[in-house]
Amino acid sequence: MTVKPFELIVAEHGPTVLRVCRAVLDPADADDAWSETFLAALRAYPRLRQESNVRAWLVTIAHRKAIDRHRAKARAPVPAATVPERPSAYGIPAEPDSRLWDAVRALPPKQRGAVAYHYLADLPYQEVGKLLGTSEAAARRSAADGIAALRNIYQQEKAR
Amino acid sequence: MMTTEPDASFLASLAGPDEQVYRGLRARLAAQAAREGILDIAYRTIDTPVGELLLAATERGLVRVAYPAEGHDAVLSALAGQVSPRVLHAPPRLDAAARELDEYFARTRRSFGLSLDLQLAHGFRRTVLEHLIQIGYGVTASYGAVAVASGSPAAVRAVGTACARNPLPVVIPCHRVVRGDGSIGQYVGGTEAKRALLDLEAAA
Repeated sequence: MTVKPFELIVAEHGPTVLRVCRAVLDPADADDAWSETFLAALRAYPRLRQESNVRAWLVTIAHRKAIDRHRAKARAPVPAATVPERPSAYGIPAEPDSRLWDAVRALPPKQRGAVAYHYLADLPYQEVGKLLGTSEAAARRSAADGIAALRNIYQQEKAR
Repeated sequence: MMTTEPDASFLASLAGPDEQVYRGLRARLAAQAAREGILDIAYRTIDTPVGELLLAATERGLVRVAYPAEGHDAVLSALAGQVSPRVLHAPPRLDAAARELDEYFARTRRSFGLSLDLQLAHGFRRTVLEHLIQIGYGVTASYGAVAVASGSPAAVRAVGTACARNPLPVVIPCHRVVRGDGSIGQYVGGTEAKRALLDLEAAA
């Protein structure tokens, strides 16, 4: 029996999981959620069954970490002395790409999740529905609505 | 009924992580894993005059040194199966090993002070490795002499096997074991590497 070294799991799925985290969380939380996801995955990895779908397993962990972070935020809102700037990494002005990221993060939660888990992580709608606590059909509708909204914004940005 | 997927190709313009940021995240993951005691095997590679060596360590010590000829990917897969699949590229744990090997190749170090994890060698092979450590810098011994020292004078071939499967070449100096007729004999890193190490030690 051959077992993949965990480094290969990170190399293969790390970028996808980070895109998912950045889609379902704010930028500051996304990187931490990515670390928490892979740390939890590393801890459980020796017990993972060989035939498991590793990407679905990682996305499921990331989904739970994202929920934890949303809950923690809801419990303890951080008092802000000033209105925060729009999230733009490292003071670089927002690129069209980051406007699209912002648009993903502005979607209603179910659409945001459906777009992230189906379009970025390539999970089937049945799995997406399980993660979001909805039916397969509802997950499909959420994803379609989300994509339609994003396409509008993308086309507007392109026309500018 | 088949439902057609809406065209979402524009999502490709959602850029992935900036490479530098991503490297930082991976380094942070390895550091956190080490702190939490779940980094079972840390590895890195170093450039040396005998090729790029793979170094791997458990929490107990250096567990594997591998030549390119062994295939670094294959060695890491074997470690994942034999020791633990919790394997990450994590250079900090190998800092001391890398430094001591650099010094060895620069001829400023004659013996290694590293913690070794010999869990990959059992029984007679392990006994042989423990005797190999006793062979001093710049000295050679024959397979037969090592067999005698290991308590099994007839086990000359088994000594050869133990050397060929030494999990820690260079650090455990199987390169100092040569044939009884004075010829150089086989080596896990190839005879050229063995010659290079013996020449290096002879010149110091």
